[in-house]
This record gives sequence, structure tokens and C-alpha cells, in this order.
Amino acid sequence: MSYLEYRVRTVPTGFRKILYFNWGLLLLILAAAAVGFIMLFSVAGGSMTPWADPQIKRFLIGLIGMFIIAMIPIWFWRNVSGVAYLMSLGLLVFVELFGTTGMGAQRWIDLGFMRLQPSEFAKITLVMVMAAYYDWLPADRVSKPLWVIIPVILILVPVALVLKQPDLGTSLLLLIAGATVMFVAGLHWAYFATVIAAGVGAIFAVFQSRGTDWQLLKDYQYRRIDTFLDPASDPLGAGYHITQSKIALGSGGWAGRGFMQGTQTRLNFLPEKHTDFIFTTIAEEFGFVGGISLLVIYVLIVLFCLASAMKTRDRFSSILIIGIAMTFFLFFAVNMSMVMGLAPVVGVPLPLVSYGGSAMLVLLGAFGLVQSAHIHRPRGVSK
Amino acid sequence: MKRTPAETATNWRKLTRRGLLIGGVQVGFAGVLAWRMQDLQVDQADQYRLLADENRINVRLIPPARGEIYDRNGVILAKNEPSYRITIIPEDAGDIDHVLRKLGYLVYLSDDDIKRIKTEAKRSAPFLPVTVLNRVTWDDISRVAVNSPALPGIATEVGLSRQYPLEKNFAHVVGYVGPVSERDLQRSEDPDPLLRIPRFQIGKVGVEAKYETTLRGRAGAKRVEVNALGRVMRELDRREGTAGANLQLTIDAKLQAYTTARLGSESASVVVMDCTNGDILSIASVPGYDPNKFVRGISYADYGMLRDNDHRPLASKTVQDAYPPGSTFKMVTVLAALEAGLITPKETFYCPGHFDVSGRRFHCWKSGGHGNVDLEASLRESCDVYYYELAVKVGIDVISDMAFRLGLGISHDIPMSAVTSGLIPTRDWKERVRGTDWVVGDTVNASIGQGFVSSSPLQLAVMTARLASGKMINPRLVKSIDGVPQGDASTFADMGINENNLRFVRRAMFAVSNDRKGTAYGSRIIDDAYRLAGKTGTSQVRNITEAERRQGVTSNADLPWNRRDHALFVNYAPFDNPKIAVATVVEHGGGGSAAAAPIGRDITLQALYGGTPPLSAYPAKDRARIAKQQEDIAAILPTIEIETQDRA
Repeated sequence: MSYLEYRVRTVPTGFRKILYFNWGLLLLILAAAAVGFIMLFSVAGGSMTPWADPQIKRFLIGLIGMFIIAMIPIWFWRNVSGVAYLMSLGLLVFVELFGTTGMGAQRWIDLGFMRLQPSEFAKITLVMVMAAYYDWLPADRVSKPLWVIIPVILILVPVALVLKQPDLGTSLLLLIAGATVMFVAGLHWAYFATVIAAGVGAIFAVFQSRGTDWQLLKDYQYRRIDTFLDPASDPLGAGYHITQSKIALGSGGWAGRGFMQGTQTRLNFLPEKHTDFIFTTIAEEFGFVGGISLLVIYVLIVLFCLASAMKTRDRFSSILIIGIAMTFFLFFAVNMSMVMGLAPVVGVPLPLVSYGGSAMLVLLGAFGLVQSAHIHRPRGVSK
Repeated sequence: MKRTPAETATNWRKLTRRGLLIGGVQVGFAGVLAWRMQDLQVDQADQYRLLADENRINVRLIPPARGEIYDRNGVILAKNEPSYRITIIPEDAGDIDHVLRKLGYLVYLSDDDIKRIKTEAKRSAPFLPVTVLNRVTWDDISRVAVNSPALPGIATEVGLSRQYPLEKNFAHVVGYVGPVSERDLQRSEDPDPLLRIPRFQIGKVGVEAKYETTLRGRAGAKRVEVNALGRVMRELDRREGTAGANLQLTIDAKLQAYTTARLGSESASVVVMDCTNGDILSIASVPGYDPNKFVRGISYADYGMLRDNDHRPLASKTVQDAYPPGSTFKMVTVLAALEAGLITPKETFYCPGHFDVSGRRFHCWKSGGHGNVDLEASLRESCDVYYYELAVKVGIDVISDMAFRLGLGISHDIPMSAVTSGLIPTRDWKERVRGTDWVVGDTVNASIGQGFVSSSPLQLAVMTARLASGKMINPRLVKSIDGVPQGDASTFADMGINENNLRFVRRAMFAVSNDRKGTAYGSRIIDDAYRLAGKTGTSQVRNITEAERRQGVTSNADLPWNRRDHALFVNYAPFDNPKIAVATVVEHGGGGSAAAAPIGRDITLQALYGGTPPLSAYPAKDRARIAKQQEDIAAILPTIEIETQDRA
């Protein structure tokens, strides 16, 4: 259903658009980012270098980008979502061929001032193109098998390219975000039930076959799965991060050791303390209170997005915002589960807080889309 | 595509429903995260706090300063010297080659050193110091310290290393320290954690080993915070240890230096005891070795030279070697007979030069015989046949009993390594060890200190001190620990030997060196205040065959060194007021009167005068020779200064 089909009474124009910003969401984003700056300052031993300073600069660039994206009407973004999706696929192929490899096979394109990871970019463009697809697709066709295959292909192409990097974490995130969009778009329950049942069945079969004649995987693959599921079985290898991370978190206690007083992170028991494991520093220095506060900020960001999605009658906007909210949710949920020992270690940063360019810029861009949808939502439409 | 408002509304409701559902799932998952956070940070916080501290806090031991060892006058015998090391921290140095090249202008660095440093630096963590040079001189270390701004990563470190200023003079007494071996650790159930510190040194030999726990002190500890790589970030707190106690020995370092020098190039040993309180004033075994070499780690070649030397520099002959005491044992036999009441001092035997018992002929050292010999003459002229007669008369039980009372055949409690108990044979012993019955010939041999009898120089000195004092003198080597006196001289009990009998033996010993016919008359002291009483001994290390005896016994000078007789001399002085007892053993030195008695006499005079004695103490005709000898010895004596400041 197209935007122009609504009878729009008022649409803000020019700089007046700023007045229609989702200010609450912006404040929450600023709060989360501020937590990041403070922690990067602390992790560096009370220094703006090497992390806090570039992080702030990048955040400001991202913030400007967010405003620019927000100013541009949402229908423009809907119209270019196909192009954006194809571009991100192009970039994924490009890094596959020419990209720089490093740090666990993440691939990026060095732009000079930052390293662009096309897989981050793809997270948003996938949601965009699927929202546009379901906006275009009449509701009665959503669950028709033929029309289901198209979004499945849209999801699987970037998933396959990212998996090849190889980056299991990001590909799973893409898969779940894509599935969420399909779910929100109104795909029949049966599809999900089938896929979930098949998945559970497959996993069950793989485990049941272990040690029997029809064993589905090789022994070493099972052992790899074992360490993946139970890192404690390999305390100096895969389990090291988890054990140390839990120690750092747990030793924070109720109120924490105080700003810049964390010992575990400061003494390098944890690697990646400024990126993927930055939450341990927060939890160690500010304790349970600090950790919960950040979690609340994150949940509020998701809820603000959802509220915004409920508010708009534009189908593209709604689906896009829910997709973006899900992507954001997956970032912090997976990261926190990982550092708290609930999930295996996969390279997912803590959104807006972890040091790093790509993820933050892409997220701020995505929030720009949310703001654009918020500003340009159709007002006073008739039902 | 135009949609009806109704269709739009249905779609919107469906989307809102599913959106809310997803929101619910998300909030629910956030709840799980919050619950997990609470579990880790609130419920299990204490446990994780503990684990965190275990992670970061390391306890490091601080080695205590080892106690020092002094002589009776405060001369330092074993001290802790600062030893300087140059280290490099690769991380701080940056370009190691460049830094080492610059360092090479200041101190000598061989190519091997540089190669070793670079391999070590590559192997260890970049923040751990690598030793560049050990035991650097003060000059070198100052040069490096002054230039340190130009030498990034180079640091100078001070440690304490053991040093023995008097080197070989005290090698056998004080001993030396060395690194802890696996055997040292196994010796004790629960070894002191200090022993596990790399490069920690413990006493290996002598007083250093016997008083190890006293000298070692107690370790201090510091708690340091370390990071995941073990780098020390800061010190949290520290508890200083207790330094080891200082020991003061009874030895007089000056006398010890003199005795060592006087023994010269012989393979010999001397024990000088204060016969009023048992203090060992000197206990010297030559040749010695430089214990400092062992502290630094002796080279294989140096060790081989010590090990293969036939004069056995590594052996502490004063306590660990037992020799047949020969004629120095005769006082035991004679006292045994007197105490048993089997003879009187007037008893006379005829010495034809040999003695036959149970089908075996025993010879006197004087093949022509001594003729009629009374008790005093028998000691003075060391007639063997007289003692063979006594042996048959009194039997081994009485003799060995007296030997034990005089301190032979028992291990004296003295903190030196491998203290032997020697051997005083008994019937029981022979049956047990040899499996044969005691025969009278054994007693005959034992009566003149041959056969099974063997004694260490220390035991002979104790025997002499007991003869001179009539008291159960025990040797004492440690005078005080941290100023607290050890042992108590006043507790020595009377031996319970008839004073008349003792006096008689003493008179005979006086005659040995003061009667013209005495075997040690050549080594007499002229000074009336310091008259000497003694007994020579010449103990065979081989059997003299009948054939040899017929041809005339080969003189010692014609024998290879290691087949010659041991020369012994025991003495005390002054005769009328005994102060010191001396036992001298010169291995393969030949006759006791020629080889051992002059040494015993010189050392006695040195000890009594507390320095070089005047020539007037010597017989007139020897003075020129003695003067020359004194000069020669003075030239090789080390200068010994008494450090009065912080003595034990």
C-alpha cells in the first residue's frame, strides 16, 4: 500500500521536520552512546585515547548521517531499498574477492577513515528490501508458496555470502531478522511451525546419530559442537573467555567496584575488553545496577521503535521499524547472552557502546530511517 | 494497486498484533538477561569476587638475608655481598641489537652473550627481564647506571651473594652454599617454600649446611597484583621476613690462617682445642679449596682438578678421616692398665725388639729393642713391646672402655660435614662385623693404635684435652648465635680417673718432648711458661713383611708417597697449666717426631702467644731456621682485619 494512497492532512516540511523528531528515541540513543564513551575512557585506563576519542568523532559523524537520513522522506527510502539491497550484495561479493581478512575472518573494505563491513550494511538493506516487498505485495498473497520463495531467496543470498566469510554469528542474525520481517508481514504460522519442527528434528537427528552406525557428522565435528555448547569443557581454549567474563561480571556485585576500579578487565584477563566484551567492564565497575540500567535503555529503545511502528499506518514504515528494532535487539541480546555465558562466543558487538565504526554507523543510519518514518508518517488518515 | 480501507485495516491489525508479540518476546528475553545478571552479580557475587582475587593476586616470597658467620674475634668468615646484574627488558628496549651494541661500548659482551640474550628475549614474555651479565664489577655497573638514559630497557639489579673472604682457610669448616637441588627438596616432607625460589641458595657443606635453618631466616612475602600475562602491576602489601641469625664460631681466624699456612703443601690436618672449655680454636685441613668457586658454580675442569688430586682437597680430614692413631694411642692403653690396677708406674718389662704371642711375632719399631723399660720410658721412647705386654695383661675390654672415655670411637657433636666416629674395636664389634672371634693378636695391635683402631684428628685432640684437664671436654664450634652463647664450659664433668694415674701419664708426655731421650725432644719449647707435653705417633699404612724386615725396613723416603707412614703428634701446653690441646696428622708424612711434632709445636706456640712467637721459645740451634720459616709463612698469610661494627 503506497504512502500516497493515504489522505495526508499534514506533512512537515523543511526544517520544521526537526520538531517532529522522535526525541525520546534520540535521547535513549545518546544515553547508550554516552555509556560507551565512559567505558572506553575507563578501559583505556582513564584516557581518551586510543578508543573514546575516535568513538565520539565517529558517533558525531553517524549522528549527522542520521539527521540527514531522517530529513529525507521515507518513501524515497522505500523506493531505493531495492537498489540499496543490490548494492550491499555487490559489496559482499566485492569483499569476498578483494577484501581484507583479519581478526577471525571478518572482512572489510578499508575506506581510509573507517573500515566498512558490508555484512553490517546488509543487515539493514535486507530489512529494507523485505519491508518494501511486503508493502508492495497484496496481503492475500503473503502466504502463497510462490510469494514466500522470493523473500526466502532475498534472505538466503546475503546469508550465504556472509556465511562464506565465514561469519556464522552475522549470518544467523540476518536469518532471524529476515524471519521476523516475514512473521510481522503476516506469513502463515504453519511455515514457521514447519521450519522450526524441521530444524529441531535435524538437530535431534544429528545428536541421536552420535556413536551409531548412521552417525551424521564426523567425530571431530561433534567435539567442536561440544565446546561450542559447553565452553567450560575447554577452560583454556574456547572456555577461557566465558570463564573470565563471568568472573569479571560476578565480581562486580550489586554496585560494582566503582568507575575505573575494575581489576579483571584492566588486568587484561579479558581480551576484546573494548569491543565485544565491553559489557563485562560495565558490569564489573558499575555492578548489577549499571548492567540493568544499560539493559533498560536498550529495551526502551526497542519499545520506542515498536511504539513508533504501531503509530504509523504506513505498512513499509511499520515493517521496516520492527525489522530494525529486531536487528538492534539481536545485537545486544546476543552480546549479553554471550558475555553472561548463555550463548557461545560469536563476534557480535554491544550496540552503540562497543568500540568500532561499521556497526555504529550502520545502526545510526538505521535509526535515521526510523526517525524518517516517524517524521513522515501519514497523519490523520481515514480508516 | 488500490486497496480497500477494510483490507488495509485488517492488515494493520495483523501487523500490530504480531509486532506486539515480537515486542513481548523481546521484553521476555531481556527479562531472562536481567535474571541471569542478578544470578551472577548478586547471588553468586561473593564466589566470583573470590575467583577474581585469585586471578589477580599473587603471593611472592621475599628471600631473607642469610645470617653471617664470624670467628671468635669478629672476623667475618661468610658474608653477603651485593652482587650486581645487568638485565634488559626487551619490551622497553625496542631495538635490542642497537641497545646491546651501545652497551657493548661500556662493558664487555661476547658474541655468545649477545646470542644467548637474544634467544632468551625471544623465548620469554617481552616484559620479563633477561639477564645480560651476572656478577658485574662495581665499576662496570656504575658506568652502565650513569649511561642508563641512553640505554632503554637496560636495568641494573642488586642481589646478595655469599662470599667467603678467607677462601680456602675455612672451606671445610664453614663450607659453602649452592642452589637447591631436587634432593634437597625431597629431604623434607614440607620444604620451606623459600627453597622453590629460583636462584635461592642453601648451605651444602660444613656449618653452612648444619646450621642451614638458623642461617636461613624466615621468608617475607609480598602480595602483588598481576595481569593475565603474569606482569606485576603493583604491590598490594608486604610483610618483611626475618633475617637469618648470625653465627660466631669458636675458631680464631688468625690461628686458622696460620695453621693452614704452616701445614703447607702436605696432605695434613690440625685441630687446636681450648682444653679448658672445648672451644675449637683452629680446625684445618690442607689442601683446601676456594668455596667461592662453588657458590658461583664451579667449572668442570676446576672440579676435576679437586676431585683427582691425591691430596684430596675436598676431604675435611680433621673430622671425616680416621687414621690409625699409632703410638698416640699408648696413653689410652697405659691409663687403662693403671686404672684397672693391673700395673703400677714402676712396672718394668724387657723389650728385645719383638714380642711373641699365640704363634705370631710382633715387632717393636726399634728392631734392636729398648732393653728394660718402665712406664715413663715406654711412652717417652714409644717402646711397642711394653704395650704388647700390657695388652695381654689387661685385654681389649678395658682398653676400649678407656678409649671411649677419652673420646675416641664416638662421633662428636660438631657442625661439620661427614663427622666420623672412627673405630674402637670391641669383641662384640668384631663378631658382628667381621664374623670372627677376637684374638689376643688383635689386642696387641690395638694397644699401639694399629689394627682396627682408627681415630680422626678431632678425636685425638679431644683425647688430649681430656688427658690434660681430667674433664669430659667436648668440642664446641659455635660460640654464639645472634649473640646468645651456645654450650656451657662449666658443665664438663670430671672423668673420674685417678688423678695420680693422670699425673703419671702427663709426666711421661712431658718427657716425650723435654727429655733428651724423648721422641719429640727436637720439637721442644724452651720458654718455661709454655712447656709442651705430647706424644708422637707413626702409623703404618702397610704391612711390613718378614722378608722386608730381614733386609732392613725400607725407609719412608724411599717409598712412594702414598705408601709412607702417617705422621701424628698430639700435645697440650703449657704443661703445668694446660690451655690448649693440639692434634696434628700429616698423611704419609713419615715419622711422627720428624714430620708432625714440629708442626704441632709451632702451632702450639702460635696459639699460646696469640701471634708469632719470639725465637727465644725455640731451641737455640733451630732459631735461624725458624726465623726463616716464620718469614716465609708471614709472606703467605692473608691479612685479617677484625670488623668490629656489626659482629655477632
